[in-house]
Amino acid sequence: MQLPTEHATTGHPLADTIARLAWLIPVLPLLGFLLNGFLSLRAAGTPGPADPSASGHGHGHDDHGHGAHGADAHGHDAHDDHGHAKRHPAAGLVSLIGPGVLALSFVVALLVFNAMRSVGEMHAPYVLTLFEWMPTGSLSIDVAFQLDQLSMVMILIITGIGTLIHIFSVGYMQDDPGYPRYFAYLNLFVFFMLLLVMGANYPLMFVGWEGVGLCSYLLIGFWFSEKANADAGKKAFIVNRIGDFGFLVAMFLMFANFGTLSYTGVGAAANDLVMGGALATTICLFLFLGATGKSAQIPLFVWLPDAMAGPTPVSALIHAATMVTAGVYLIARSATLFAMAPAAQLTVAVVGALTAVFAATIGLKQWDIKKVLAYSTVSQLGYMFVGVGVGAYTAGVFHLMTHAFFKALLFLGSGSVIYAMHQAYHATHNHEDAQDMRNMGGLKKYMPITSALMWIATLAIAGIPPFSGFFSKDEILASVFARTHGSTLADATWLGIPGSVVLYGVYALGLAAALMTAVYMTRMMIYTFHGPNRSGSAEQPHLKEAPMIMTAPLIVLGVLSALGGLVNLPLVFPFGPKEILHHWLEPVVGQGTLLVTHGEAAHLSHSTEYVLIGTAVAIAVIGIAIAYTRLKPEALVPAKDAVPETGIEKTLLNKWYVDEGYDKAVVQPTLGVSRTLLWKGIDTGLIDGLMVNGTALLARFAGWMGSQLQSGRVGTYAWVLLIGVLGVLSAFSFR
Amino acid sequence: MLAESLALSALLFTIGVVGVLTRRNAIIIFMCVELMLNAVNLSFVALSQLYGASGQVFVIFVMTVAAAEAAVGLAIIIAIFRHRQSVNLEDINLLKG
Amino acid sequence: MGNEFYPLFYSFHFYLFGLIAVASALLFVTRKSPVAAAMWLVNVMFCLAALYVLLDAQFIGAIQVLVYAGAIMVVFLFVVMLLNLGHPSEMSDIRGNAGRLTAGLVGLALLAEVMVLGRAEFPAQLTLAAAQASQRIDGPGGVIGPIAAPLFKQHLLAFELTSMLLLTAIVGAVVIGKKRTPDAR
Repeated sequence: MQLPTEHATTGHPLADTIARLAWLIPVLPLLGFLLNGFLSLRAAGTPGPADPSASGHGHGHDDHGHGAHGADAHGHDAHDDHGHAKRHPAAGLVSLIGPGVLALSFVVALLVFNAMRSVGEMHAPYVLTLFEWMPTGSLSIDVAFQLDQLSMVMILIITGIGTLIHIFSVGYMQDDPGYPRYFAYLNLFVFFMLLLVMGANYPLMFVGWEGVGLCSYLLIGFWFSEKANADAGKKAFIVNRIGDFGFLVAMFLMFANFGTLSYTGVGAAANDLVMGGALATTICLFLFLGATGKSAQIPLFVWLPDAMAGPTPVSALIHAATMVTAGVYLIARSATLFAMAPAAQLTVAVVGALTAVFAATIGLKQWDIKKVLAYSTVSQLGYMFVGVGVGAYTAGVFHLMTHAFFKALLFLGSGSVIYAMHQAYHATHNHEDAQDMRNMGGLKKYMPITSALMWIATLAIAGIPPFSGFFSKDEILASVFARTHGSTLADATWLGIPGSVVLYGVYALGLAAALMTAVYMTRMMIYTFHGPNRSGSAEQPHLKEAPMIMTAPLIVLGVLSALGGLVNLPLVFPFGPKEILHHWLEPVVGQGTLLVTHGEAAHLSHSTEYVLIGTAVAIAVIGIAIAYTRLKPEALVPAKDAVPETGIEKTLLNKWYVDEGYDKAVVQPTLGVSRTLLWKGIDTGLIDGLMVNGTALLARFAGWMGSQLQSGRVGTYAWVLLIGVLGVLSAFSFR
Repeated sequence: MLAESLALSALLFTIGVVGVLTRRNAIIIFMCVELMLNAVNLSFVALSQLYGASGQVFVIFVMTVAAAEAAVGLAIIIAIFRHRQSVNLEDINLLKG
Repeated sequence: MGNEFYPLFYSFHFYLFGLIAVASALLFVTRKSPVAAAMWLVNVMFCLAALYVLLDAQFIGAIQVLVYAGAIMVVFLFVVMLLNLGHPSEMSDIRGNAGRLTAGLVGLALLAEVMVLGRAEFPAQLTLAAAQASQRIDGPGGVIGPIAAPLFKQHLLAFELTSMLLLTAIVGAVVIGKKRTPDAR
């Protein structure tokens, strides 16, 4: 592994540019983490409003205190009202460091990006080896950063959107007692996320993978004094472990069979694999298991909706824009490997499509604004997996990018709404749920900027041209359609079904998901911003737009959501530079795509493509129209007066009872086995009983035997002596 | 006569052993030990016919040690008897820790 | 030596003394009275002395009578009488039938093993070479010469140490056996 790395580094066109300083990109957030963490720890020891960990009382904006658990939170509120205006003593410094390091990191990333653009065509990745990490036998793992077109896109998304969300957080979290702790975690998250995308080998990616999992856990349970939040964090952590198991097994298999774990090494070794062979399929399926955990796909998606217990900017950054897309990145990174395993690719596509539809159905009937967005995220991630599953890596990464824009916008916008609702309820000492859409309505009048920006995002996610989501979603669906003929996927079979049939099914599911996406997003917008206001007459005067520090990032994201599609215009688009992203990513994923399409740059005929675009747009419009005509925001009543749902609505509200099913099928049996077999049986019975106490009993018995021999009677000793003599003699006699 | 001597020696030794095992009187057990020493002496003497006079030299040593042992052992028995009014081994368990 | 000149005479006496020794030993072990047991043991020792003479160890036979029968056994008898162990309450010291049976079986097992070992082939490093003619006890130098030479040359140190042992034993016996009274000092 050492040799090709050296080879790739020396003489690389990027070697003499600013790219040598690329290590600064992750190190700056790490520095921010250390500084903020230090401030947080120092503040914890001083009197005044401090962390919930120090004071025992949290004070947040989401469902903490005023959320769904309002009844439990009465005790807090009396306290909160008096300590309200106090900011954290270190807040000023933290507000500077937290977003500042990210902004600097983004600047460095832009400079590196510029350098990469200026060197022109770059066919080999630039591997920046910092030091040798694990030299063990035939395995040598370096801490090395890989700069290529794919990681560059990811770095820009992470640092760019990360900066915006950090700035938003300054406003959103301003009164939180855990302010420095929050930014410390957020900085640490960005560091690990950058490590994930920049690492030049799978183990380093795994470090980032686990690191973001840790930060996700810490931030979901940020207001851990509320048990539900801490439980959500634990759930996310545990469900992710299942996926990590898959990732680890895939790495072991790679090392056992390829002898290397670097991307360059594995990519080269993948070319020698048998197309569709068992080894490639196994490795890819295990990698995909890892991806389903991190990216919340069936069957491991259950943690993501619960992860909404964290602060809303966290949901935007970690659980929408960056971390959950790591699975997509993982598969795009392993493009050449997946190209050798059509069955695994079809699995990815099918699981992605099923997840997209399944999550969309649940999103149709949720009342919590963040839950709608959470299921929407799961659904859109499914789309991305469809894209990378059919070998359209550009389309997948493109959707990853546009989704990062519009979903971050939606989450931050919802955060803005929740903030406004919370402030209003706070002012009137009301304990209603600030996240329930039934308590909103008509917010357009009070929050015009947020409303307009969220409409942009909604149109983008629904797939209305010319907003960004339209282009990326259309490209994924078009790629699926194109793969139904003349690709390795179409020739392969999946569980006995011909690949082309499977792909048609995936396409149909994708369209269904697109329809439902349009419906539930429009529903959310109507219920939140239109119709009469249901928050209560006392609260209405207090409803107002969030401060500028929160709306400014929204505006930037709004522009990106609207125009993000320009990055990769389809060939049929009448004007402008086309397929920029496609050409940009070609050196990294182009080979993987070409393998799938039998070496031809497969493109549909223009007429077919027009039909597909027309279908997609029509479906989006139909979805919006359905929502507009069928939904009556005037008929809604606030959450406290609502009657419980029945029938299919109840099933959807309860998320198809998946959590309950998992509880019955997995959690309770595991607990049962743990309690009866592992705890009572093995731990108490076998280990404590037999091994620990049994050894003691054996020793005691041996001691008792010895003490019986030690009678002090010479006669007994004579007997024992003689038996010993007989033993020794017989050993001689019968030898 | 070597084989017969050795067989006789083994027989006498075994009788001594059985005596040690069956008797409880310390003095008789002591005498049984003397019998066993004598049995061994017999085999030494018998083998000295074949291997030279060293065997007989050893017999002298054994006798000396036996005499010393008898002197000390009997002194101990007297001391114990004085203490316990008995030479029955069942009554003597001073070795118990 | 007599072996060569009067074989029948020799064998007769060998077996005679052997049988008497075994019978006396059995009687010794089974007697309840310590005095009787001691007398039978003396008998065993006389028989052994006779056997030593037959086995060309006349000197050993002489000191067997002198030291064992004459000195050690007399000391035993002295102690028995000193402690006045002759009366019946002290005699019931033989174990029960089970104990006797087990002891007998163990004895038989021991005997069998010793017999087996007597016939076993031992590795070369465990066996002695047969003595050369000069070392044989029936060589020139009389009866005592062949014993005296190794005792005072080869084994001189051991001989001297034995004298130390005897001295120590005498002192020890006196110290242990002395009657301790509170006002002895």
